[in-house]
Amino acid sequence: MILNAAVDSAIAIAERRIGKPGEQVFAGRPYVMIQRAFLAFKGSSWFVVLSGFVEPVLYLASFGYGLSSLVGPMTSSGDSISYAAFIAPGLLATSAMNGAIYDSTFNVFFKMHHGKVYNAMLATSLGPLDVAMGEIGWALLRGLTYAIGFMIVVAPFGLIPSIWGLLAIPAAVLIAFGFASVGMGVTSYLKDFQQLEWINFIMLPLFLFSGTLYSTDAFPRALQIIIEALPLAQAIALVRDLTLGQVHLGTLWHILYFAVMIVGGLFFTTHRLRSLFQK
Amino acid sequence: MPTRSTEVVIAAHNLKKVYGDFVAVDSIDFKVRKGESFGLLGPNGAGKSTTMRMMSATMERSEGELMILGLDPKQDSPQIRAHLGVVPQQDNLDGELTVAENLYIYGRYFGLSRAYLKPKVEELLDFAQLQEKRNEKVEALSGGMKRRLTIARGLINQPEILMLDEPTTGLDPQARHILWDRLFRLKEEGVTLILTTHYMDEAEQLCDRIIVMDNGRIMAEGSPAALIAEYSSKEVLELRFGSNKNAESAKKLAGYGDRLEILPDRILIYCTDAELVLEKINHDGMKPLTSLVRRSSLEDVFLRLTGRTLVD
Repeated sequence: MILNAAVDSAIAIAERRIGKPGEQVFAGRPYVMIQRAFLAFKGSSWFVVLSGFVEPVLYLASFGYGLSSLVGPMTSSGDSISYAAFIAPGLLATSAMNGAIYDSTFNVFFKMHHGKVYNAMLATSLGPLDVAMGEIGWALLRGLTYAIGFMIVVAPFGLIPSIWGLLAIPAAVLIAFGFASVGMGVTSYLKDFQQLEWINFIMLPLFLFSGTLYSTDAFPRALQIIIEALPLAQAIALVRDLTLGQVHLGTLWHILYFAVMIVGGLFFTTHRLRSLFQK
Repeated sequence: MPTRSTEVVIAAHNLKKVYGDFVAVDSIDFKVRKGESFGLLGPNGAGKSTTMRMMSATMERSEGELMILGLDPKQDSPQIRAHLGVVPQQDNLDGELTVAENLYIYGRYFGLSRAYLKPKVEELLDFAQLQEKRNEKVEALSGGMKRRLTIARGLINQPEILMLDEPTTGLDPQARHILWDRLFRLKEEGVTLILTTHYMDEAEQLCDRIIVMDNGRIMAEGSPAALIAEYSSKEVLELRFGSNKNAESAKKLAGYGDRLEILPDRILIYCTDAELVLEKINHDGMKPLTSLVRRSSLEDVFLRLTGRTLVD
């Protein structure tokens, strides 16, 4: 029954990592987590997938067409645009955030505490950074699919006036990456389902006040500064710059904001997974 | 047949684990040799699982030295884990996947190729007697089946050492015997088995050598037979006189065997020939409500060493 070639195999694979940077936390194969996610996805309900796509479209139909006659055309950086074109990027950014947070909090929490799936994974030669990157990678794949779907639905209505708008798709993935890498680390501190509710408690005001449905100019300057430092406002500003074609130096600043969030979040999450399951 | 080897696969020296003020494992020394089946016996909270987790390179030690297959988990923990199979106390199978997928994806975590895993998964489904359940989700399995699947999963990387934490806790007698049979096969194939248990019969059935742990320390070490010979008598006579009369009756029983142990519900008399002692007791006019003659077990060793029973 025992094939000696295979013994060499698992060990040889692990030994090839010796001396590589981060060898204690990274085995170089986050893709196996994506493979696991695909297998699990095959056996799961399509309804969940569909809802992630439908949500921003419903918001857009409701607010964009319901309110636009009341609100009239908007001006953004001097250009006159329809209300629907104003909120479409806000909704895309928000749905990127929601999807990433859902995948990195509720899903991760369940695997951490109920399924104990991470315990099993981290008893193999796989590292916590593989797990973090794999889980986040899967969240990003879903985010990418939703963003493409959203663009396909809204573009024919003229809601993406600029060709720069194509870049809103990778931007949505970047935003999801930022939220997911921080979200997974935060989830590692949560102990029960009640604490998960706190996440909703934070996300709703973020959605309502970050400039999704109207510009943050409506607020007093002091409050505006605080809101604009928050990640969702950064995300919306980034996507809006792109869909409206108002790309400027500040757009790069939003990208940098998320780059820092991603790197910081990955360090944080890897550290937490290691101290929870390997220390 | 396994080749009896003197090669040491795990060596612990002054191994210690501290959580805050609590010392879970208190400076223990032990060695595990290649191909042997090594048991950690002790009650809940004795430090068995903590020791096990340090050996499986999923928990860092606080102090002391630990070498696993010549490697130090502080430097090479992923490499050590590649050599090991781990069966945790609590089943942590992947509930979103089927039985066969659980095995396959676990192999992928080690980076094993599809070409290797395809036949390997079949072989392990046969080993775990789960071919018929291969496309079922894990939830559809009984406790015994889940445990067999967890063991099969732990074998996916052809481990040299298989670590089993309380492998049969919570299983019914039939499921336990099926599991023991599977573990015997592995032992025959030369896999080093390390298991924790608080069942003395399990330790006696499966282990070549055990350490008895209590409060994070090693109380005794040896083969089950040697431990029984050293710390207990050949036979035991268990007597019950009724809840309030045990202590009183015990006074009259002094001198009947080598040693007496008075428990809340029964009296144990350690002796060489329990039938003979029972005859004498009956002859002398004492009337126990029930009596049981049995061989000494590791339970008795533990009682002798700690003054407490294993399962309470």
